Amino acid sequence: MTDLSIRSLAKAFGGVRAVNDVSFEVARGEFLAMIGPNGAGKSTCFNMINGQLRPDSGEIWFERANLAGLAPREIWRLGVGRTFQVAATFGSMTVVENVQMALISHAGETYRLWKPAASRYRARALELLEQVGMKDAADRASRELAYGDVKRVELAMALANDPRLLLMDEPTAGMAPRERNALIALVKRLVVEKGISVLFTEHSMDVVFAHADRIIVLARGRLIADGDARTIREHPKVQEVYFGTGKTFARVEPKPLEPQP
Amino acid sequence: MDNRHLHKRYLLTVALAGAAAIALFRPASAQDTIKIGELNSYKSQPAFLDPYKKGWELAIEEINAKGGVLGKKLEVVSRDDGANPGEAVRVAEELVTREGVPLISGTFLSHIGLAVTNFAGQKKVFFLAAEPLTDKITWQNGNKYTYRLRSSTYMQVAMLMPAAKALKAKRWALVYPNFEYGQSAAENFKALMKKAQPDVEFVTEQAPPLGKIDAGAVAQAIDDAKPDAIFNVLFAGDLAKFVREGNTRGVFKNRPVVSLLSGEPEYLDPLKDEAPVGWIVTGYPQDKINTPEHKAFRDAYMKKFNDYPRLGSIVGYATMKSLAAGIAKAGSTDTEKLVTAFAGLKVDSPFGPFIYRASDHQATMGAYVGKIALENGKGTMTDFKYVDGADVLPPDDEVKKLRPAGAN
Amino acid sequence: MNVSGFIFQALNGLSSASGLFFVAAGLSLIFGVTRIVNIAHGSLYMLGTYVAYSLATKIGGGFGFWGGIVITACLVGLLGAAIEFVLLRRIYRAPELFQLLATFALILIINDATLWLWGPEDLLGPRAPGMRDAIEIFGRRLPTYDLFLIVIAPVVLWILHLGLARTRFGRLVRAATQDREMVGALGVNQAMLFTAVFALGSFLAGLGGALQVAREPANLAMDLTVIGDAFVVVVVGGMGSITGAYLAAVIIAEVKALCIAIGTVSMFGMSLNFSKFTLVAEFLVMAAVLIARPYGLLGRPQGAVRGVADPEDPMRPATPALKFLGVVVLGALMAMPLMAQSSPYVLILGIDVMIAVLFAASLHFIMGPGGMHSFGHAAYFGLGAYGAALLVKWLAAPMGLALLAAPITALLGALLFGWFAVRLSGVYLAMLTLAFAQIVWAAVFQWEDLTGGSNGVIGVWPPAPFSNSSVYFILVLLLTVIGVLALRRILFAPFGYAMRAGRDSPLRAEAIGIDVKRVHWLGFAIAGLVCGVAGGLFAFAKGSISPETIGVGRSIDGLVMVLLGGIQTLTGPIVGASVFAVLQDTIMRQTEYWRALLGLIILLLVMAFPAGIVGGVINLLRRWRTAS
Repeated sequence: MTDLSIRSLAKAFGGVRAVNDVSFEVARGEFLAMIGPNGAGKSTCFNMINGQLRPDSGEIWFERANLAGLAPREIWRLGVGRTFQVAATFGSMTVVENVQMALISHAGETYRLWKPAASRYRARALELLEQVGMKDAADRASRELAYGDVKRVELAMALANDPRLLLMDEPTAGMAPRERNALIALVKRLVVEKGISVLFTEHSMDVVFAHADRIIVLARGRLIADGDARTIREHPKVQEVYFGTGKTFARVEPKPLEPQP
Repeated sequence: MDNRHLHKRYLLTVALAGAAAIALFRPASAQDTIKIGELNSYKSQPAFLDPYKKGWELAIEEINAKGGVLGKKLEVVSRDDGANPGEAVRVAEELVTREGVPLISGTFLSHIGLAVTNFAGQKKVFFLAAEPLTDKITWQNGNKYTYRLRSSTYMQVAMLMPAAKALKAKRWALVYPNFEYGQSAAENFKALMKKAQPDVEFVTEQAPPLGKIDAGAVAQAIDDAKPDAIFNVLFAGDLAKFVREGNTRGVFKNRPVVSLLSGEPEYLDPLKDEAPVGWIVTGYPQDKINTPEHKAFRDAYMKKFNDYPRLGSIVGYATMKSLAAGIAKAGSTDTEKLVTAFAGLKVDSPFGPFIYRASDHQATMGAYVGKIALENGKGTMTDFKYVDGADVLPPDDEVKKLRPAGAN
Repeated sequence: MNVSGFIFQALNGLSSASGLFFVAAGLSLIFGVTRIVNIAHGSLYMLGTYVAYSLATKIGGGFGFWGGIVITACLVGLLGAAIEFVLLRRIYRAPELFQLLATFALILIINDATLWLWGPEDLLGPRAPGMRDAIEIFGRRLPTYDLFLIVIAPVVLWILHLGLARTRFGRLVRAATQDREMVGALGVNQAMLFTAVFALGSFLAGLGGALQVAREPANLAMDLTVIGDAFVVVVVGGMGSITGAYLAAVIIAEVKALCIAIGTVSMFGMSLNFSKFTLVAEFLVMAAVLIARPYGLLGRPQGAVRGVADPEDPMRPATPALKFLGVVVLGALMAMPLMAQSSPYVLILGIDVMIAVLFAASLHFIMGPGGMHSFGHAAYFGLGAYGAALLVKWLAAPMGLALLAAPITALLGALLFGWFAVRLSGVYLAMLTLAFAQIVWAAVFQWEDLTGGSNGVIGVWPPAPFSNSSVYFILVLLLTVIGVLALRRILFAPFGYAMRAGRDSPLRAEAIGIDVKRVHWLGFAIAGLVCGVAGGLFAFAKGSISPETIGVGRSIDGLVMVLLGGIQTLTGPIVGASVFAVLQDTIMRQTEYWRALLGLIILLLVMAFPAGIVGGVINLLRRWRTAS
């Protein structure tokens, strides 16, 4: 069964076609990585799916709704969770309050003016924090956390609305290699438990090849390859675009190759 | 941060709090004097109010040198009103409740004068409005407890009417600062002019914001309207800018100007050798008034302050002289007795004697009307004469209709 | 009025624009690089006129005038550098906008210093030597000096433009304007850059002021007159854009000249005097520009300015100690009417302090937790005050009804203006709120038949038993406590959290389903509502209100109170408002130079408590606790 279906998505910035007729699908429970060299259109594509950008044309079907042109908060309400490339939490709140905020929003209680927020959904928030291994830090100010921990808190927030799809923009950016694998392993375990589909972009190829169920590759705004790790690794077009510029790939596949002009 | 530093901060805080506490609960001084409450916008209108303050200081010195009033010395408790009606009302309350003054006086700006007038009526406090010009203080919003010293806007305009009529100009341009004083001066002028000269035409009205005139554009717009004569209400910085631009652009060439207050040293002197010669103005030719009472005042003032008096000095001086005369006549500082004593009270001032009218509580102290001239590179007035306020005020039965019921 | 007349008025507009341009360009540069809202910039301009006057009259002649202008600009530039070096450098790490407090203190000090040095009288400088006359254009006379001003502004613009484009300093300035953190990363001596930019900005202000010496008398009101205009120009042109500043100065000056040229027009049997619109023309232009182009004409969207200061601590419910303290203070306040006999003034001052507290608390609500720095909060205070007063004046409404109308009027205003304001952020939001406040002010000022114009509404006194100040005091106390506690409650409720979430990270907040704009809009409305209560209470406390109630001064007072108390704490505005109101009342009685004294005390507080008074006390307590 298909969870997310992207059809002929396109976006241009002042004549430059950042994303050009991209179509792909994410199946229920699938862990799908979107990769591509810098400037391939990953971020543009991703930001159209999460509502940050409005597509010029094309459709983004999630379950029975077309997400194209919806605001991020509307997409979230439909059951899509999201994490950011640069982790963003609410710095003036404690860790548990961050998650409570997401739970409060999910419950539609954002505009309540009376009962203190800190007393709402605390148990559920602690449960989510436990799942990401951050329960001990629950009452610390979130601005004091190490970056890796912020990412975990963000994950807990993204899971607060019981999403059926999780969008993760470079979930491991800015983390040490060991932390990366731990985080992705955690994500993988949680989504499998909860039956969540995941679409993520990633720079770190070892993470992608180690964990993704399937990989799609964008280059110059177009989708050039789609398949499992092995297919992608050996895909001629992928090798062509990556070895022109890529560095990350080279570490996985250390064969030296001549750069293209 | 080391501990010593911390202590310093702590000490600073304590010192500040202590200073505030001491100031707040300082005991009032002893009762062997008569306290006079005074409030004014000293910081916002220093050009007028600095000489004003000197004027009342001189008056108090003279009064006390002669033994004070009712055997007691006068003591002025003076406050800045922050140029803001809300603040002014608080300051007035502070004077009355904390300093225990039996009466208050002062104010300069019309809206502050009105707010304090209203406060005086509400709280039954005697108030002598020294300077605010708005007609409303003595007419529409007048009350039993408020008297006013200075000639009102209406009076100032009326004083200029004979000269304005004599110009026989048909097309008039008006320029006035866009607030109550300017607006009501323009209204008064238009009404009086229409009555005197039914075919009069007002070809343009320029109302720049107070203190922010675009003088070049305004002068040009007036010139473009081709008026026969100009009626000006601008004063202070706006006036200086307007005069300079108008002179350079030839706006005043062959065009008589009738102008309010421009002959007052406060506004005329900054113009120096650019004083607009020939303008018909109300003002105060301080160097040329040779009546004995004015000479005595001027000499005393020069001696004390080593500076010549401005109109503000006259107002400040006459304010305290009025209060001294009123208290002496009332025989006490009781509010009701003061109110009664001021009705018809005769006061001697550097401009000669004047009275406080019982009908509308307006003093009849007048002003000088004349033409601006240039002497020794300085503006002054010529062909001037003193116009008594009593001659331009409407009769008693007319103003009584203007005042609210129960204001007398 | 004919075509040549209009063209000629356009020339007048151009010459007025040049004065505005100089001061605005300096302000724009300083803000662009240092992110300091230097409200003392107008004071530097004023000093420019005074110094140039002294040089032109003391030295005299061509050198005294023309040389004097150059010397003045350099001196003012040096002063600016000194201000940055001695004062502002110490508080760069303070919470956002805190520097505004320091520059506010400078306004007070510089104004009194000027009064002390030059005296109270207006000082009209000489005409420019060699440019005393006028030339004929279209049969009209244009002063030669105006022509000179028309030319000099674009020349300076061109020089600045070249300087910014070609020199290393210029590149650094541009880089810092776009991304302040990057400059630090480039290894540039940031302190030197800031000092230099401050000097340059001040130089331009001094130059602008000095050039005015031949056009208008130096006077003590120039500082505030010019700073308002300068901010409008900077925002309309786009923060940090010098060319934008010139463009905006020209547009605004031209709109004004046009209003003056049109004069009185009769339409539909009504006569409309356009010259009166000069009062508000620039603010109408600013509001229109900001609604259509949120970053000004030539401004670019700025990356989210990450504050240099730490974000605030998470909010904790009141500790038992704080609750106890609150009860004690409340008890003391309730007991104050008992003192009415011995010192009745305490009640009068108490009423003013509590109204200030409610005003500041409502401003803090959007400024602190909402992150929306309103520079025009007086609008809602004034709408409340006028809402109540006009109901009494025209319908003879009882006080209860009028006090109900106050928050409703303010709420309606806040809903309308907030809807536009929350679409912007940072200093643009601040300026749009200021524009709205000025528009309300002008409407009240001008709509004489309804509002009484500049005289305002008088005779709004509370009826018995509230005419007794003890009873009115209790009423004000009750409403203030309710208001402050309600705001506090809301901040701890989901809505308050959502507001902070939207401030901390708008993207994240949207991504968890929070409609940030809507939340902030409603927050704005709640603040307006509570502020309206304060305004209504104010009207009845004073018995009269006038347009000053809505003036810029009151908005700035509000900012000062919030910042002085500490923007990052919930009790900050309460303490800040109390301290400020009592200080002002006390100091105004102490000395003739009370403004300078107030400024000095604020400066001391700024230095001693860079996190505001409450923030400072909390830090002290924390240190003592760790030390012991």
